[in-house]
Amino acid sequence: MSNGNHRVFLLEGVRKMGASAIFLMQLLAQIIPAFARPRLIVAQIYNSGARSLIIIMLAGLFVGMVLGLQGYELLRRFGSEEALGSAAAIGLLKELGPVVTALLFAGRAGTALTSEIGLMRATDQLVAMEIMAVDPLRYVAAPRFIGGVVAMPLLAGIFSLIGLFGAQLVGVQFMGVDKGAFWSQMQGAVGNRDITEGIVKSLVFGVACSLIAVNEGYHAEPTAAGVGLATTRTVVASSVLTLLLDYVLTAAFL
Amino acid sequence: MINPESAQPTSPAPAEDVVVAVRDVHYAVDGRPIFKGVDINVRRGRITAIMGPSGTGKTTLLKLITAQIQADRGQVLVFGQDLAKLGVSETYAVRKRMGMLFQNGALLTDLSVFENVAFPVREHTDLPEPLIRMLVLTKLEAVGLRGAAELMPAELSGGMARRVALARAVVMDPELLIYDEPFVGLDPISLGVILRLIKQMNVALGITSIVVSHDVKELASIADDSYLLSDGRVAAAGSPQELMKSHSEAVRQFMTGGADGPVRFHYPACDYTTQLLSAEDCE
Ligand SMILES: Nc1ncnc2c1ncn2[C@@H]1O[C@H](COP(=O)(O)OP(=O)(O)OP(=O)(O)O)[C@@H](O)[C@H]1O
Ligand SMILES: [Mg+2]
Repeated sequence: MSNGNHRVFLLEGVRKMGASAIFLMQLLAQIIPAFARPRLIVAQIYNSGARSLIIIMLAGLFVGMVLGLQGYELLRRFGSEEALGSAAAIGLLKELGPVVTALLFAGRAGTALTSEIGLMRATDQLVAMEIMAVDPLRYVAAPRFIGGVVAMPLLAGIFSLIGLFGAQLVGVQFMGVDKGAFWSQMQGAVGNRDITEGIVKSLVFGVACSLIAVNEGYHAEPTAAGVGLATTRTVVASSVLTLLLDYVLTAAFL
Repeated sequence: MINPESAQPTSPAPAEDVVVAVRDVHYAVDGRPIFKGVDINVRRGRITAIMGPSGTGKTTLLKLITAQIQADRGQVLVFGQDLAKLGVSETYAVRKRMGMLFQNGALLTDLSVFENVAFPVREHTDLPEPLIRMLVLTKLEAVGLRGAAELMPAELSGGMARRVALARAVVMDPELLIYDEPFVGLDPISLGVILRLIKQMNVALGITSIVVSHDVKELASIADDSYLLSDGRVAAAGSPQELMKSHSEAVRQFMTGGADGPVRFHYPACDYTTQLLSAEDCE
């Protein structure tokens, strides 16, 4: 019995992954054509990026402050508080920046994308476009996907910068770590590779989260409950996939 | 292409005069048959009415004609092309020649009324802005909503939204116009306006029209041909006047609005008494 359930569950999972892969292919085919309407893409970068900015900045500040406090506490045990700058910078650039940004993006921008597209489906707007010979993949899905992919690294960068400021605020201003040592150690320790890792991660997360959000919305059951369910699935799937991909990418960069 | 004048009302339609041909179409949803062999010919330059009780598949038929879904069996030919054999870009090419009015308008909610009507023009042409403006305002004026151009769809009533959708459907001068329930929920004045618009576009511009509705009286005043769908088949076909005078019980029932008769009002179900008296749900 439970064995059969597992089989069904597994089959369903494989089927969904296949469907997502096909959707990704169809979406990618519309990326270039979508650039014929740059205004739509800019609007979506604004939609996904600018509207997530406040929450990203707030989260970055608090995460940085906690990092400053915990890092200071830990490093003091080894008598190397000056390393706080490099520890915070590397932690933020390589891990916390991309990952926390992706999680927040899924909750803020991803859900908005899914419910918006889902509602367009439920109110026949996507079908109406098809009948007007306008491909909704090009007009609706692709600009939103591109917007998310572009916005994610920018948001992650802002998150890391503000986080660094937060760590510095706590470490240097409150805990009395030497300011010069904080910044010079950081400059010495952070290499191009760390920055590349951060950018690659946030790009990959941007593709994953935007794809899930757009896909769930595009294929949402055209009812109120269906759109709600799709929105929930966006958050869950994006979060799990982000953490999984984070492990894979971290291992790949070792 | 073909001279619309050549359509003779009574003679059988020559093949090149048929804009939409539905041939022996079968279609089922989840194993439940919706169509069991439907044949419909929509002739160039005429208004064809599709009537039938709620849930008989009128909207489904329009989905077949607009290539949103595919028939399980049989053929749907639009402008002489078999929809099942068309690729994506060919399907879009066929769709560019048709316009459709949705049951609920289906306006794009993030665009203003003006931009909604301008949408197909902007997507398919490179007309200069002043020309687009003129085109859109003319169409909005025709549906009496030029003053509402700057409103958003959420600020419109249902009837207004439908009229905007009509303006959008005709803005590209389609050869074929499809209306899904254009009369529902309209006040008598708007109803008159829409009726006149449908007729006008047909007479003045020679647009072939398919009108889906249950409003027998309204349809009778404008339609040239009509089909009555019932139980997955065409129950009757002919001019509305012929249907009105029909001796068929099913047709008479629909025209006079009786719940009992050969046309089923109830969705298929098990025996009523059995279900009420037994504790379990029946099959
Ligand atoms: N997505 C769907 N899933 C399952 N059944 C469907 C679906 N769409 C339509 N149906 C079924 O198909 C039948 C025909 O539906 P359709 O919407 O074409 O009817 P209609 O003639 O347009 O009715 P109305 O006049 O009320 O608009 C209905 O019985 C409905 O239950
Ligand atoms: Mg319908």
